[in-house]
Amino acid sequence: MRPLSFIIFLSVMSILLITGSLMVGSVSIPLKTVWMTIIDPGAQGASLIVTELRLPRTLAAFATGALLAQAGALMQVLVRNPLADPYILGVSGGAATAVLIGMLLGLTSAFGLTGLAFIGALIAMFLVFVIAHQKGNWTPTRLLLTGVVIAAGWGAAISLILTLSPANNLHGMLFWLMGDLSYSYSVSFAFSALIIGLIFSMLLSSQLNVLIRGDKLAATLGVNLKQLHIKIYILASLLTAAAVVQAGSIGFVGFIVPHLIRLTGLTDHRFLLPAATLGGGILVLVADTAARTLIAPQQLPVGIITALIGIPLFLFLLQRDAKQ
Amino acid sequence: MSLISCNNLTVKIADTQVCENLTLSIKTRENWAILGMNGCGKTTLLHSLAGLLLPQSGDINIGTINLNTLPRREVAQQLGLLLQHQEDHFPGTVLEAVLIGRHPHLKSWQWETESDEQLVIDTLKLVGLEHFSQRSILTLSGGERQRVALATLLVQQTKIRLLDEPVNHLDIHHQHEVMKILTKNDDNIANMFVLHDVNLAARYCDHALLIYGDGKVLQGTTTDVLSEKNLAELYLYPLQEIMHNNQRWFIAN
Repeated sequence: MRPLSFIIFLSVMSILLITGSLMVGSVSIPLKTVWMTIIDPGAQGASLIVTELRLPRTLAAFATGALLAQAGALMQVLVRNPLADPYILGVSGGAATAVLIGMLLGLTSAFGLTGLAFIGALIAMFLVFVIAHQKGNWTPTRLLLTGVVIAAGWGAAISLILTLSPANNLHGMLFWLMGDLSYSYSVSFAFSALIIGLIFSMLLSSQLNVLIRGDKLAATLGVNLKQLHIKIYILASLLTAAAVVQAGSIGFVGFIVPHLIRLTGLTDHRFLLPAATLGGGILVLVADTAARTLIAPQQLPVGIITALIGIPLFLFLLQRDAKQ
Repeated sequence: MSLISCNNLTVKIADTQVCENLTLSIKTRENWAILGMNGCGKTTLLHSLAGLLLPQSGDINIGTINLNTLPRREVAQQLGLLLQHQEDHFPGTVLEAVLIGRHPHLKSWQWETESDEQLVIDTLKLVGLEHFSQRSILTLSGGERQRVALATLLVQQTKIRLLDEPVNHLDIHHQHEVMKILTKNDDNIANMFVLHDVNLAARYCDHALLIYGDGKVLQGTTTDVLSEKNLAELYLYPLQEIMHNNQRWFIAN
């Protein structure tokens, strides 16, 4: 498949799936009403369920997945490790710790929790950067180990807070930790982050093609390693922070989607990044739609569904790739 | 004119003194062999000359310009380095892996042109990989992977080529094919080869730099420098020189 036609295919799929997601739920809404509502939300017969509930949630799901997949693709190049995901350096752990402290102290406003998540993510990002960068020689392994150890520290802090929390707080906390889109506060923020992030990623993409073949090779081909490392680190961390703020930690997306795209044969980052962005959006959108419809009116954490869809799909493609 | 030179270069890594106050000048169309035992610092010296490592002291010049004052991109347009090991953690085609050799010649927003791709195809043919362009690099044998790395260096089209064990993993056929391609030299290129095969050095190189690992080095034409006595001292092993068809051969006793 040609790369460009694959990206166009993913774009069309995104639009179809977003529309589909607006139609299904506890109440089914016909396509005609959905279109009418999108074209003119103020019209007679427009669906409040679509404008008030489903549209923001659907867009939040898409944006979150897109942010995570893009951050994952960048992070894998940064630490030169196919096992990396956006959370590997502890950005989400910092955000989660801050949010849980907020919840423990009785904070309930979505705006406040979003702000706390962002502050936590920035602190985590800064901490790893300063420690890993101390002596100026920043090897992928050193960065990875620093990040993984700090992330483990956040994990311990999260366990501590959960232990100390009264029972009536626990449900909300666990949902947040497993990835939950019902708290999503600002869709426009997520989409702005997504688009600005994608522009910056695309500017770096040809250098990523070189860097993925190794530090030293990249240096001999004229890449300024230190600058590029810092740029990718900041970009990937901010994208992750934007996603975590939106929906907590949704596992598997950032790790699996870039590999799924690579397994289809797209390895040039100028195509891989936009394709992963769309693919991540699609995966979380489908997962979230399933999460809120499968046992409606009850909701499942979206992270469980992304794993249920992502893991078999990934294993299937991996098997197919091994046979070729 | 010298393409790359160094003045009073002192390089040290861990406890190994690679060279002390080394002055070296590599001119157009020269082929240098760097010889020495394992761990004497051949790779370290090559990486220092490429600007990947900072030497203890001394200057390295590309043409007449100090290496440290040049942006990395401009260095990469003039100097290429074949690394001893290739890092392959992620999939990609041979075509893509070789195409990154064009990176220093493209602006960040520029895409590779038809002529870049044609250059890659021609170069793959040159190194005997004409049917490999769509193969995944993760499925290549050691020797095939080595020739992909060589092709990447060749499409970089630099005047100065530093090659760390270029015939690593190659069979005899490809060892000589590759050495012939590299030393063909109708383009005013200078090569520096780190080699373990003294006979390849004697046959394809005109100059040699012997590194003893204690700071002592010996440089000169291969005719002068490559001798039973010097090599035995270098490798701490006796070698014997024989003449055959007007070519000198060294055999380990």
